[in-house]
Amino acid sequence: MPWSYLPAVCIKMSAISATEKVDGFTRKSMRKAQKQRKSQGSSQFRTQSSLVELSPLPHLKDTPSTEQQVLFVQKLQQCCVLFDFLDSVTDLKSKEVKRATLNELVDYVSTNRGVLVDSAYPDIIHMISTNLFRTLPPSENPDFDPEEDEPSLEAAWPHIQLVYEFLLRFLENPDFQPSTAKRYIDQKFVLQLLDLFDSEDPRERDFLKTILHRIYGKFLGLRAFIRKQINNIFLRFIYETEHFNGVAELLEILGSIINGFALPLKAEHKQFLMKVLIPMHTTRGLALFHAQLAYCVVQFLEKDSTLTEPVVRGLLKFWPKTCSQKEVMFLGEIEEILDIIEPTQFKKIQEPLFKQISKCVASPHFQVAERSLYFWNNEYILSLIEENIDKILPLMFGSLYRISKEHWNQTIVALVYNVLKTLMEMNGKLFDELTASYKADRQREKKKEQEREDLWEKLEALKLQDVSNSRGLQIAQNNNNNNNSLTNAEEPNTSAAITDSVNSQTFNCAK
Amino acid sequence: MAGAEGDDSLYPIAVLIDELRNEDVQLRLNSIKKLSTIALALGVERTRTELLPFLTDTIYDEDEVLLALAEQLGSFTVLVGGPEYVHCLLPPLESLATVEETVVRDKAVESLRKISQEHSPVDLEVHFEPLVKRLACGDWFTSRTSACGLFSVCYPRVSSTVKAEIRQHFRTLCSDDTPMVRRAAASKLGEFAKVLELDYVKSDIIPLFTALASDEQDSVRLLAVEACVSIATLLPQEDLEALVMPTLRQAAEDKSWRVRYMVADKFSELQKAVGPEITKNDLVPAFQNLLKDCEAEVRAAAANKVKEFCENLPEDSRETIIMTHVLPCVKELVSDTNQHVKSALASVIMGLSTILGKDNTVEHLLPLFLAQLKDECPEVRLNIISNLDCVNEVIGIRQLSQSLLPAIVELAEDAKWRVRLAIIEYMPLLAGQLGVEFFDEKLNSLCMAWLVDHVYAIREAATCNLMKLVEKFGAEWAQNTIVPKVLSMSNDPNYLHRMTTLFCINALSEVCGQEITTKHMLPVVLKMASDQVANVRFNVAKCLQKIGPVLDSSALQAEVKPVLEILATDQDMDVKYFAQEAISVLTLA
Repeated sequence: MPWSYLPAVCIKMSAISATEKVDGFTRKSMRKAQKQRKSQGSSQFRTQSSLVELSPLPHLKDTPSTEQQVLFVQKLQQCCVLFDFLDSVTDLKSKEVKRATLNELVDYVSTNRGVLVDSAYPDIIHMISTNLFRTLPPSENPDFDPEEDEPSLEAAWPHIQLVYEFLLRFLENPDFQPSTAKRYIDQKFVLQLLDLFDSEDPRERDFLKTILHRIYGKFLGLRAFIRKQINNIFLRFIYETEHFNGVAELLEILGSIINGFALPLKAEHKQFLMKVLIPMHTTRGLALFHAQLAYCVVQFLEKDSTLTEPVVRGLLKFWPKTCSQKEVMFLGEIEEILDIIEPTQFKKIQEPLFKQISKCVASPHFQVAERSLYFWNNEYILSLIEENIDKILPLMFGSLYRISKEHWNQTIVALVYNVLKTLMEMNGKLFDELTASYKADRQREKKKEQEREDLWEKLEALKLQDVSNSRGLQIAQNNNNNNNSLTNAEEPNTSAAITDSVNSQTFNCAK
Repeated sequence: MAGAEGDDSLYPIAVLIDELRNEDVQLRLNSIKKLSTIALALGVERTRTELLPFLTDTIYDEDEVLLALAEQLGSFTVLVGGPEYVHCLLPPLESLATVEETVVRDKAVESLRKISQEHSPVDLEVHFEPLVKRLACGDWFTSRTSACGLFSVCYPRVSSTVKAEIRQHFRTLCSDDTPMVRRAAASKLGEFAKVLELDYVKSDIIPLFTALASDEQDSVRLLAVEACVSIATLLPQEDLEALVMPTLRQAAEDKSWRVRYMVADKFSELQKAVGPEITKNDLVPAFQNLLKDCEAEVRAAAANKVKEFCENLPEDSRETIIMTHVLPCVKELVSDTNQHVKSALASVIMGLSTILGKDNTVEHLLPLFLAQLKDECPEVRLNIISNLDCVNEVIGIRQLSQSLLPAIVELAEDAKWRVRLAIIEYMPLLAGQLGVEFFDEKLNSLCMAWLVDHVYAIREAATCNLMKLVEKFGAEWAQNTIVPKVLSMSNDPNYLHRMTTLFCINALSEVCGQEITTKHMLPVVLKMASDQVANVRFNVAKCLQKIGPVLDSSALQAEVKPVLEILATDQDMDVKYFAQEAISVLTLA
């Protein structure tokens, strides 16, 4: 990285002309803005050639009802022809014919009763599959940042939108028969639908969300399968690719699915919470779906409060180390959890939780500190703290006391004063004791620190000595692949040597 | 603390375990990273009986700690008492191999693979293989994923009944209903095939390969392409057509661009694996299709392989195939709409000239080179320029120099500093190809202009470039052409330019030698010691420290020492610091 050298030119004089300050860097957002947005076509392997031009069929409503069914199927078949929308000049007429036909079909299934006869299902599903199920193209921008970049939009949207609309009306038609449809809307269909959630186009994902929700609602036999596949998508997202555009939408559907879980919760659902939803907090793009994710987590806890402890411990395990923005989100989620926590559950997690909160309060990033101090504005949390003040005050006191003296941000200092005051009112006696022992406690910590360093120094010395005895760990390790028998034979001596050196050191230390 | 313990064990395990349990993750991590030290202190026996059980029991920690642990355990054999006892490392590694976090799991598998080699054949069957089986039958996908990576290390060293079991487990995992496990199995398919007996490759691996290559998930199918290379290498030529080619053809036309991309990316390996006949009949048309693919990603991957593909064609038909099948596609790619495709092509296209010889190069390739040299995208031009040496050998660079110069000048003045940086890096190469006269006449002024670029990284690269040029053209050339210009910048009103003089001297003194350094450079440096900008002054100190070794001792004592002594009393803290450092390094005190 060339710019890592830049600090080397630390400028000591202020009299530097403006031209020298020009460094050729432009802000990322500016660069992005200059770039022209293009829309994307679907990645079809283009095998079809020489398209026939579509000619408009008669209108359905002008046809006698006895012939409508035949015409309906013809129209469905006509809509199976695909067009290249990246090329905006070809097939204009045919594209318009298809658009008008799709519109008519949408209208036909949404306003008419008795049009969904069993024999039409295969043609309907075929038309939908042909139009929707496609391999999504590579992202035009390899480091697409969903928070900052404009998404690439689907070029064929004028048609695809209508097909989605049609699918939705079809599912919502009062005559719709899941028992007939399940032969066509099967696991494979659902799998392909789920793949499309990776689309960069938010309009498409929005349709998919509603449609998948309908399918989940109407096809009981597919429910477990859908959950399992979402599970797989999430696991791949968390542990393999860190990339999937439709996470927020899938979580939103799950939010309502979780809401409907029967009690007691099945092991499968608990596993999903602990092994998928909680680790999902570690992903890079958390900001994009945190609200939906936190909603799912809280839904689980509302269903079964005994999950509180593992969930909170899980969040503490994955607590962000360097990303303050994420830390603020975690604090938000913790507050949502505390809002609904049962007092008995609170007691189980108060210690590790308030150790973390104490660290957050002392964060040099003022938003993190501020977000955690806001907990004291929450009446219910306040009552929980008061109930357990003997446990919580000792955990919080050190950080608060120190911050009240040295935080750079005045707002934080003011907030800390208020919090200290509140805590003092809850248990004045303990507060005074802690104030009195503050210095001694710090010194005890320092001493402990010193002892640890001494211990490791001695261990290191031991290791060095061992190495200088030329039977060191490293040498032995180098040997262990080639020379197993040799190392083996020497082993007892090595340990003897260690004991010796330890003893001699003891002696020295004692003196 | 040590003295207080009368016990002969100075470091009771409790103390060490306390360290491993410390509340602060960073401290825990530090302790784990020094686990070998702890084990050494405990001795082999207590490591086996106390430390390892503790580690096995307490595997619930931050992934970072677990990663360090998984890594450490891979080289712990000596610390538990050698190969005889190596199996006691298995329990903690087994737990680590079931963790969700991929990096931890992969590291655990890596360590398990490593220590598997330290097991005796008997231990392998008694301890290691059962572990692999347990993992392969685990409930949660993580353990099954890990198992996939362990089959190939134990297969060659176990009895035939156990071998049959291992094959069976692998088969099961290839059709696991979790895609993660199928992906892991697919990615290890090639490796596993290599350790199998040929008959089993045909009877077991081929059906698995065919099934994975038509998996419903493209992420699984594309891994099968990778396995295809290893499998094709293992099979005798006469079986390839029937056992591998149908699958490969299907992959080259897969509906997912990711799979086609993989085929393009592995094309050279595939070509070598299937041999010349199949290449001629099957791969040539497949390659043409990939070069014309509708996705730019695929075209770019294929374009990257153009040279290697052509090189590896059978000699008897190489030229015909290139001229009639490959070159027409290449010509189209030169004016592709996607810049990545063009720049991928530009990075290899020059290599075709050695394959096609002088006449074809002049007639067919030169127009393409010239077109790419004028491409709107700087990366394309850069890639052409960076590979000039291939063409130079075949037709001489003069053919190109007319178009080359404008292209270089334009890149040298590009608004993006990274582009300027890239062209600077090719300057020494270009100078070598074009010769000193051409360089002095056309390029020297560019090199000097970069020294006053407004981006530091460019000035720095320009400095380094000068050094490389002097290495090429010699000290005398430096004295006549470069040194005067560099030294004249020491009077520039801009302090950054004055500092550039110092940086240049740092870089040049050694290649220019003692005489030039003492006679021409040193006086300038010494004069700059009284610069009004502190940054310049402390760089004078650093510069003197750097060029000191080139100077003789009289110059050091008489000229350098007094100046450094003055600087060492400078009012600026940093100047003082660097002056003192120079004095002590040059031992002038």
